[in-house]
Amino acid sequence: MTTSLERLEAPAAAGVRPAVEVAHLRKTYGTLVAVDDVSFSVAEGEIFGILGPNGAGKTTAIECAIGLRQPDAGTIRLLGLDPQADRDKVHEIVGVQLQAGALPGKLRVGEILEEYRSFYRDPGDVGELLEVLGLAGKRGDFYRSLSGGQRQRLSVALALIGRPRIAVLDEMTTGLDPKARRDTWELIEGIRDRGVTVLLVTHFMEEAERLCDRVALIDSGRVVALDTPASLAAQARGGKSVRFLPSAPFDEDLLTALPQVARLEHQGQHVVVTGSGELVNAVILTLAAAGVTARDVQLDSSNLEDAFVKLTGKNPDKEGAPA
Amino acid sequence: MSSLSLSLTRPPARAARRTAFGQIVRNEARLVRRQPTNMIGSIGLPVVLMIIFGEVPTLNRPATELGGLTGFDTYVPVIMVLGLTMLALLGLPGPLVSYRELGILRRLSTTPVPPSWLLAAQVVVQLGVALAGLLIVNVVSVAAFGAPAPKSPAGLALSCLLAIGGLFALGLLIAALAPTANSVNAIGRLAFIPLMFFAGLWLPRALMPAVLQQISNYTPLGAAVQAIQGSMQTGFPPVFGSAPLLVLAAYTLVFAFLARRFFRWE
Repeated sequence: MTTSLERLEAPAAAGVRPAVEVAHLRKTYGTLVAVDDVSFSVAEGEIFGILGPNGAGKTTAIECAIGLRQPDAGTIRLLGLDPQADRDKVHEIVGVQLQAGALPGKLRVGEILEEYRSFYRDPGDVGELLEVLGLAGKRGDFYRSLSGGQRQRLSVALALIGRPRIAVLDEMTTGLDPKARRDTWELIEGIRDRGVTVLLVTHFMEEAERLCDRVALIDSGRVVALDTPASLAAQARGGKSVRFLPSAPFDEDLLTALPQVARLEHQGQHVVVTGSGELVNAVILTLAAAGVTARDVQLDSSNLEDAFVKLTGKNPDKEGAPA
Repeated sequence: MSSLSLSLTRPPARAARRTAFGQIVRNEARLVRRQPTNMIGSIGLPVVLMIIFGEVPTLNRPATELGGLTGFDTYVPVIMVLGLTMLALLGLPGPLVSYRELGILRRLSTTPVPPSWLLAAQVVVQLGVALAGLLIVNVVSVAAFGAPAPKSPAGLALSCLLAIGGLFALGLLIAALAPTANSVNAIGRLAFIPLMFFAGLWLPRALMPAVLQQISNYTPLGAAVQAIQGSMQTGFPPVFGSAPLLVLAAYTLVFAFLARRFFRWE
């Protein structure tokens, strides 16, 4: 936990104003505490992920952050603006794609985008956006004729048509096939490269690992971990591990004495060594020096999903359908 | 286009907002055109009814129990009000409730444009449909079926606007209370029968017993028919012992207040 607390501050260059600052956010509905105490800070140009099981308070936190709901306590600043007091300015610079939103079936893609485009002072170009999102040929199609993936991408397009400085995307790839999901990831990386800050709510660990610079793991209305996906994964296992079949019996103390090795276990004839640093090199070189060859070597690096399970006690795969 | 617009100075905020509202109205009008069910109910049905009533011989003889008017003449205001009612009970609240269901109102509240603009645009478009319907029924009744021209066009216009006010406010109240687009249909159909009964669809108001007529005077559609009939046949102000215009104005205010009070944006 100490490492996560140290990382509450965005790793931005000193003096740079954070794009999103949330401090001690709290929101209750009657007796239900949706968000207990959530703090995080996102640097400009960062892709920041919010992960957590269903009902953890992710969506409520996001809705407070964009001014859709009034928090009970805490402060929120988007590029220095208060989403409640500076509503108009915030809506101009923040593009939002909310979960499970549809559009009128008998409007054409181009008509919808032109309408939303007219809401902003300095909007992007409809044709260009459709091109980037792979909807170029769909401009004249009715919304109801679009596939689930195309609807989802149009929804993302509506969040981006105002050329926002911050894009907030809630479960943007839910319901997409793997190809469409990867295309959308590329799109997000593309808009980040143009300097847009991205706040991403997701339950896809793969998505968070691939896209996010840092993630906040929220459970029961609190931030239980906040770090880069790689660090969180490493923390989950307490390090990496290497599994191998020794060519001959050897003195286990040779390995446990190494500074890189934390633990040694047997799995049948295989040996599993857990540790950190240059673990694999150290193990193999030491064994070789003792005349033992490590065969069938398997590296086991834990991932974000392990971190999720360990920190929340829940399985992210079960979070499939959006609430 | 895009490179050109970059070189132009940014339009002033107010002009930009006007453009945004215009765009919303444009898309709402497209939707009404592409889903003509409600236009059929509010314009097509009244015209068809008028043609049928116009062909029935007994309805086209002056009747003493109707004060020397023909049955057809007494039905023209009822038909006008019928079109308005179809529109207000189904055409107006239907889209609004489905916009709430689909999350469109919620989506709008994350943009610089407030979701109330979509409601306003919907009212503007349906108002256009309502006025077109009233005009068509009036013109056809005079031109094709020889009904007398309205005695007080200004009084008729005012009566129609207040009738639209009361009925649209009722439509917005339904939009506020109906949880789903399907329930709008149920509520609308349910409300339609008693409302239209007091308008005199099945039994002309002139033939109603005194008690029913009194009740009818204070229902939205009874007052609307009374006001419209009065300005068409006797002139302005269209008062028959009660003040139908005041009744309509009161309904407008009360329904609008309740609609505002109970409207949910998500």
